[in-house]
Amino acid sequence: MAALEEGFTLSVVPLGAGPGGLLGVEQSNKTDQFLITDSGRTVILYKVSDQKPLGSWSVKQGQIITCPAVCNFHTGEYIVVHDNKVLRLWNNEDVNLDKVFKATLSAEVYRIHSIQGTEPVVLFKEGAVRGLEALLAEPQQKIESVISAEEVIKWTKFFMVYRHPVLIFITEKHGNYSAYVQMFNSHILSKYTLLLGQEEKSVLQSFTASVDRKFISLMSLSSDGCIYETLIPIHPSDPDKNQRVVRSLLLKTVVTGNARNGVALTILDQDHIAVLGPPLPASKECLSIWNTKFQTVQTSKELPQGTSGQLWYYGENLFMLHGKFLTVIPYKCEVSSLAGALGKLKHSQDPGTHAMSHFVNWEISQECGLGSQNSEPSKRTLRRRKIEASVQPEVEASKQLLSTIKKDSEKHIEVELRKFLAIKRTPDFHTVIGDIVIGILGRCKTEPSFYPRNSLMQLIQTHVLSYSLCPGLMEVALEKMDVQMLQLCLQQFPDIPEAVTCACLKIFLCIGDDSLQEIDVNMESVSDYSDAVQDEQMEEQTELLQNGFNPEDDNCNNCDKEFNEKPQDTGEETTSCPVKPKKAALLNAVLRSAYSEAFLLPHLKDIPAQHITLFLQYLYFLYLKCSENATMTLPGTQPPTLNQIMDWICLLLDANFTVVVMIPEAKRLLLSLYKFVKSQICICSELNKIEVSFRELQKLNQEKNNRDLYSIEVLELF
Amino acid sequence: MGEFKVHRVRFFNYVPSGIRCVAYNNQSNRLAVSRTDGTVEIYNLSANYFQEKFFPGHESRATEALCWAQGQRLFSAGLNGEIIEYDLQALNIKYAMDAFGGPIWSMAASPSGSQLLVGCEDGSVKLFQIIPDKIQFERNFDRQKSRILSLSWHPSGTHIAAGSIDYISVFDVKSGSATHKMLVDRQYMGVSKRKCIIWGVAFLSDGTVISVDSAGKVQFWDSATGTLVKNHLIANADVQSIAVSDQEDSFVVGTAEGTVFHFQLVSVTSNSSEKQWVRTKPFQHHTHDVRTVAHSPTALISGGTDTHLVIRPLMEKVEVKNYDAALRKITFPHRRLISCSKKRQLLLFQFSHHLDLWRLGSTVATGKHGDTLPLSKDADHLLHLKTKGPENIICSCISPCGSWIAYSTASRFFLYRLNYEHDNISLQRVSKMPAFLRSALQILFSEDSTKLFVASNQGSLHIIQLLEGNFKHLHTFQPQSGTVESMCLLAVSPDGNWLAASGTSAGVHVYSVKRLKLHCTVPAYNFPVTALAIAPSTNNLVIAHSDQQIFEFSIPDKQYTEWSRTIQKQGFHHLWLQRDTPITHISFHPKRPMHILVHDAYMFCIIDKSLPLPNDKTLLYNPLPPTNESDVIRRRTAHAFKISKIYKPLLFMDLLDERTLVAVERPLGDIIAQLPPPIKKKKFGT
Repeated sequence: MAALEEGFTLSVVPLGAGPGGLLGVEQSNKTDQFLITDSGRTVILYKVSDQKPLGSWSVKQGQIITCPAVCNFHTGEYIVVHDNKVLRLWNNEDVNLDKVFKATLSAEVYRIHSIQGTEPVVLFKEGAVRGLEALLAEPQQKIESVISAEEVIKWTKFFMVYRHPVLIFITEKHGNYSAYVQMFNSHILSKYTLLLGQEEKSVLQSFTASVDRKFISLMSLSSDGCIYETLIPIHPSDPDKNQRVVRSLLLKTVVTGNARNGVALTILDQDHIAVLGPPLPASKECLSIWNTKFQTVQTSKELPQGTSGQLWYYGENLFMLHGKFLTVIPYKCEVSSLAGALGKLKHSQDPGTHAMSHFVNWEISQECGLGSQNSEPSKRTLRRRKIEASVQPEVEASKQLLSTIKKDSEKHIEVELRKFLAIKRTPDFHTVIGDIVIGILGRCKTEPSFYPRNSLMQLIQTHVLSYSLCPGLMEVALEKMDVQMLQLCLQQFPDIPEAVTCACLKIFLCIGDDSLQEIDVNMESVSDYSDAVQDEQMEEQTELLQNGFNPEDDNCNNCDKEFNEKPQDTGEETTSCPVKPKKAALLNAVLRSAYSEAFLLPHLKDIPAQHITLFLQYLYFLYLKCSENATMTLPGTQPPTLNQIMDWICLLLDANFTVVVMIPEAKRLLLSLYKFVKSQICICSELNKIEVSFRELQKLNQEKNNRDLYSIEVLELF
Repeated sequence: MGEFKVHRVRFFNYVPSGIRCVAYNNQSNRLAVSRTDGTVEIYNLSANYFQEKFFPGHESRATEALCWAQGQRLFSAGLNGEIIEYDLQALNIKYAMDAFGGPIWSMAASPSGSQLLVGCEDGSVKLFQIIPDKIQFERNFDRQKSRILSLSWHPSGTHIAAGSIDYISVFDVKSGSATHKMLVDRQYMGVSKRKCIIWGVAFLSDGTVISVDSAGKVQFWDSATGTLVKNHLIANADVQSIAVSDQEDSFVVGTAEGTVFHFQLVSVTSNSSEKQWVRTKPFQHHTHDVRTVAHSPTALISGGTDTHLVIRPLMEKVEVKNYDAALRKITFPHRRLISCSKKRQLLLFQFSHHLDLWRLGSTVATGKHGDTLPLSKDADHLLHLKTKGPENIICSCISPCGSWIAYSTASRFFLYRLNYEHDNISLQRVSKMPAFLRSALQILFSEDSTKLFVASNQGSLHIIQLLEGNFKHLHTFQPQSGTVESMCLLAVSPDGNWLAASGTSAGVHVYSVKRLKLHCTVPAYNFPVTALAIAPSTNNLVIAHSDQQIFEFSIPDKQYTEWSRTIQKQGFHHLWLQRDTPITHISFHPKRPMHILVHDAYMFCIIDKSLPLPNDKTLLYNPLPPTNESDVIRRRTAHAFKISKIYKPLLFMDLLDERTLVAVERPLGDIIAQLPPPIKKKKFGT
């Protein structure tokens, strides 16, 4: 649960913060120390935990700092730009900024970015980017112009993606926004036009971004007070073309529109963002933490003296101007999880020691505490001792196997693994297997060509693995598009996260039928639907009139008519499966896996519309097959149950209703589903009526039994 | 074996009182249980959970707290403001002492057992010194604002925690002053309740105080700083009780929803030394409030309004998987509440404050196995006899001829003469009972209804000659010198010559009524006697023990009979030994001397001594009638134990004559129907 702690003020002496607020707050190379640049002439280095300044530097009167000071993490030097073009580099020991190294550049600088692990980069107002070293080697070099004349850079951020620096900056021109992504390793600059959607007149007020594997997730706070998310691919498909990206609404009206003092937001972690601004038109300014997953405010703090509409987030601290003072509010977000609630989440993991699997054996940990109390030797403890004795050789064997995994060939590993699995199982077998899988995955990550598929399959088939024992396994399989492995995982693991289930579903839906041809898929759950047992078919009754109830006699008539007006061959629809059997088997694996609706729903929204329709068609087909026989089950071993099918239909419709409703080919499907739901409601209401009558009967029966307080019976003992 | 007409009686509307407190004594492995009517029962957990002693209740003596001190001394305190010590030998109240603090809500004995602490209505905590045969008031602690509902000693005896309304106080025992006052949040699921009652506290040796309260919270406090450390919200209703194990590695709490939660101190991760309290197991064995819990080394014990005493063994602490590892649910008392007049076909039911006399009906029809016969005459309720005074009835008996009823409370003995004139019945109290007949633990009439045997506390047995409307004291058997143990069970031989009496631990004594002296003593056995009876003609004494063993002892020969030796040599069937309720009544077939009828709460059995004994391989219980089997196979598989489980829970069963049985059942559903409605819980997630 996210929480804001009690904040504190950094400087007693107010900074020379004008109405524009601060220029910036930047990290220095020491933890807990931050460079704060005000919009005038001063740079102050603060130690936050001590709440005191360590150093302060000013430029001469008449000069003005135009770009926040940053720290070069390589050298420990500080860099600042004043008067747009003059670059200054200095150390902690330097006192006077006038006397430190100076370089005058040929173009105006917008920002200098510096983050851990790479050299600082300089972004010029014209959009050109230079590494600091290259720039210092030749300060007067010509700086080209990247963006057009009237474009103005609004915001910029610098990331490391897989050890490659990536710079993103947003420009504005006449209310149109563009995003530029500069890759440093390949020197590719790609441009994206941000499409604002319907709210054309809205102005983007604040930006923040986070990065995951493939996308930069750009969040923007619009002048209507809503937060929108835009996904910008890091690796562009066609870098030369001007691409467009749309934004989607993430949070609605987190601050009031047209706030006077400006608003700001920053991403805290995957699910949390901090928003600065007045939540209601009349209210004071507030710092609120929003959970984007649940769309709720987790905590908020009122800032009655007003802010400058600027917000920085480093480590665990949020920085902002509160009135005239720089305020630091520590922010904490403990992961709330079931394991945490049970007190089982804390892992004492030393980096040097052999990493434990993410699995705690309840019984064994209990044994540590209780075992010693049984002073009396009993059968039970003896048995345990025996087990302990036999554990030793297994540990040896597993260690050996792990070292084999680290260096030997796939073939050799397979042979060794088979030998290892032949040994008798012990109580901690599952943790050992988990360690082995993690070992294999570790090598897979470092060595992209290494993928011992057979060994992994063998390990999964030991039936002891779970997702949490080997978290990386399914990711690797997803990357390799190994549908067979994914199917096996879906069948075996009880605890797959919804995101992964959905990723599997996506792959299963988009994989071509011809590429499935060569793959060996477990077809157990699919029997040949086309020749489903005909004799079990229920007689279709066209009209029922029982107990005064007529299922046809309801409001559904209209849609029925419409439905009937198109005399299409329903027979064809019921008998032909919309997907090939192999694909059906894969989809069945998804249907049968466990999930929680709340967590699955957001991921389902990412599936393309045509795939959704296909999946819905398949589900509807399964439903029709189910209802063909009296037991409401599908033929085959371990087929998806009717409940699973129904739940998935509901979920898909919930997640994608707006999309599905627009697709013409889905219309018939929706109509038939609607009709089906109607009839189900009717059946339920009838069942309720019957239940009441039955209860009355039961009551009568009970009363009869109760009256029997005395009787004379005949008993014969044999 | 034969065909019987069974009078199946379900109109004995006995409802046990709810359980208020339990106290476990580790030293003797005994459990004291107090009920809402003031009754205190002692269960011997080593003797197959047998209820070996009980102290009758009293209307004004609602016990709120129960504890053991100085090893084997048992104290209770209640809303009448008195602290009571029980005499576990003589089975009476040693003394009652007013604490002068208004109703007492809580009591705790110090870890050393030398001091007793009570928490009173007026907010005072009073310390008593336990001295031999008495307790002595020592001093008051700082008076609090409101009643003290719970108390707990720190294991070192230096501090105590006291739970009150809305706060917990920590007292220093030496100075008697409160060192900390910890306020409990009244909020309950966002709604502020009027009050938050601390139903229970537990003080651990590391200084942690665990509290349970009416808002459904289990909270951990640091008593050194007076701060809340951890909070578990476990119920939507009150959490009413807490008990910690001696090792302080686990504790148990009971909620008003009938759930019992087990908390354990487990390592945060495997092989780390850091430990944390974790809620591990929920148990739902109760339908109503769990008013009290106890934690024995191997089991969790809970009791409450639904009147069941539940003993749930902790599987990880049970070393050998035997029948002790099974869940026990004790609902009915392990003594007889019903007596029967065979001659007039009357049943006398004993309730806590009245007696009911019923006449059984009759039928002229006949039928085959399983038939219910039409009644020519229904059962009649003849008499409703209310006791005078607030004391509960200890025991009662109707004479075999049906013309005498006797019962006793803790201080008075009553004898009535019944006259039957056609359909009218008149009752006449026999006045001027002798002074020595004040309180009886067991009453018995001789077969010919001319003699009355009374086992009083202090161990003496009185024989009284009954004449038409009058009586004469014949003799008193004094206990053997040096023993004060009370006799709880009596049996008289049908010819009236022998009287057998058994106490709670020592052996069974057999007296000669003719010569008025002790005839012999049956060798003492490890387990308490649960039922006694003397067979007609042979004068064999049949004794059932709580470990399900049955002995047959020949009184004239003063030795065990051959059959008894055989069955001891061969051993009982393992399923017989695994039954979990004791045999409460033994009777004999008037025409077949080889048959013994015994019953417990879930079965009755006719033991045919002429048949071979079952061994562990034979089927003990065979409810199915032989159908097409030939007579030979039937005879080969037949064994001595003919068991029927048709009637349950069975509170009483006897042979009225050679072809008629009477069975008194008390279906659990009828008891539940008479309890207050439990807290409603939503079954489905709506």
